[in-house]
Amino acid sequence: MVEPVETTDAIERVFREEHGRIIAALVRRFGDIDIAEEAAGEALVAALERWPVEGVPPNPGGWLTTTAGRRAIDRLRREQRRDDKHRAARMITDDEPHERIGAVEDDRLRLLFTCCHPALAPEARIALTLRLLGGLTVPEIAAAFLVQETTMAARITRAKKKIAAARIPYRVPEAADLPGRLDGVLTVLFLVFNEGYLASGDGAPLREELTGEAIRLTRVLRSLLPGEPEVAGLLALMLLTDARRAARVRGGELVPLPEQDRGGWDRTLIKEGHALVRECLAIDRPGRYQLLAAINAVHTDAPTARDTDWSQVVALYDQLAAIDPSPVVALNRAVAIAELDGPEVALAVVDRLDLATYHAWHVTRADLLRRLGRSADARAAYDAALATCDNTAERAYLSRKRGELV
Amino acid sequence: MTEYLLAVHGPEESFHGIGGYASEQEMEQAFADTDAFNNELKAEGSWVFAGGLQAPSTASVMDGTGEEPVVTDGPYLETKEFIGGFWVVDVPDLDAALALAARGSKACRGKVEVRPFQGG
Repeated sequence: MVEPVETTDAIERVFREEHGRIIAALVRRFGDIDIAEEAAGEALVAALERWPVEGVPPNPGGWLTTTAGRRAIDRLRREQRRDDKHRAARMITDDEPHERIGAVEDDRLRLLFTCCHPALAPEARIALTLRLLGGLTVPEIAAAFLVQETTMAARITRAKKKIAAARIPYRVPEAADLPGRLDGVLTVLFLVFNEGYLASGDGAPLREELTGEAIRLTRVLRSLLPGEPEVAGLLALMLLTDARRAARVRGGELVPLPEQDRGGWDRTLIKEGHALVRECLAIDRPGRYQLLAAINAVHTDAPTARDTDWSQVVALYDQLAAIDPSPVVALNRAVAIAELDGPEVALAVVDRLDLATYHAWHVTRADLLRRLGRSADARAAYDAALATCDNTAERAYLSRKRGELV
Repeated sequence: MTEYLLAVHGPEESFHGIGGYASEQEMEQAFADTDAFNNELKAEGSWVFAGGLQAPSTASVMDGTGEEPVVTDGPYLETKEFIGGFWVVDVPDLDAALALAARGSKACRGKVEVRPFQGG
């Protein structure tokens, strides 16, 4: 029997959405990531066979988790790989309901902290998080990070092996260790979000499943750590950025912030983001994500691009530069300086930055040179920007801008 | 529980004279701190074994894989850093091993590599 394509797609979508929960619950029960993944894969196969015939169950996530749990037990019995009595007892007695809140969410956090353990290589942390919590396939992750599929597969396998062999614990760190460990988790979540918001490769320019997953996980993190202003800051930053998503691409072309139709921005997300930024201000322990969120709050507060409080934006970048004196921060600050003091002043700052290998540097230079009427220089800068750009929508935008030069 | 090797690595100089410490007093303090850490491990129940090693120049390599055993002078690997001593500890997971490694590293003033034993 040939199933309609949309049914298969729908099942795979449900599976991806539920992947993090299913894996997290199975890892808690069986203490083994490989068993969890194999069982989850078998549950997906079962769903693809049965749902088109029997209909989608009322709680698809619960069905998948239960089915995967049974498959894992079958497999363990068959292989007799585990004779640990304690584990066997847990296997049989544990039947926590699959819920959207509560213990299951804690499972996902445990898995997140496990994937982001500092004993794992930074590039392995992000790959594992995307694989286990985000439900992305290895080819998808490899494509997102522009590496060979075999390289990515080896990286993930090595990381999983280290988790098992070195016994990286499956838990949220205790209060004393949390600040140190949190930073790595926030970095991974921000990278996942950014990859979704400006996807690399020649596929879709925006990857909503990545931005969505990053936001979901950050919300879970925040529910656990309501007093950590950087968690609130990162969530606010993501929400205020994601609120502009619908206005950000038009006709396959990237629309930069000043040219966006502000009527297309998601007011609910902006309201929530602003409330979080105010909450951070009240705590008064500014950090990188909080400052980036505050900058985005200034942008989303302005009814038109012309109304933007640029002096406020520059002041916030000054604070950010004090924490993070990197040339990338200086570059972003220069973009705001261009609005406040003009493109000539900004260009002088930008040209001093040692960022010739950085894509955004060329884009910024191209724009400033264009505004200064230096067409030949601008054309060269657009060429350099296009040479280092692989987002389809941004390429379309840069090509048009280059073509409009006189 | 899993057994971990906590191995201290350092340059050749650390095996001679005042062992790369800032002063003799500093060296004495590091020895005292390491002794104290060893006693804490025993009191906490995670101690299995610990020991310091003589300089890499005292090492010999035996190759018994051929017909006749062959002995050569010196350490197996030509490196700049050598294992200077180690602990074997028995703890529930890597976080616990890393926490001990942090204390051990501070006590002995050296970098500590943490590796699980097989079948632990």
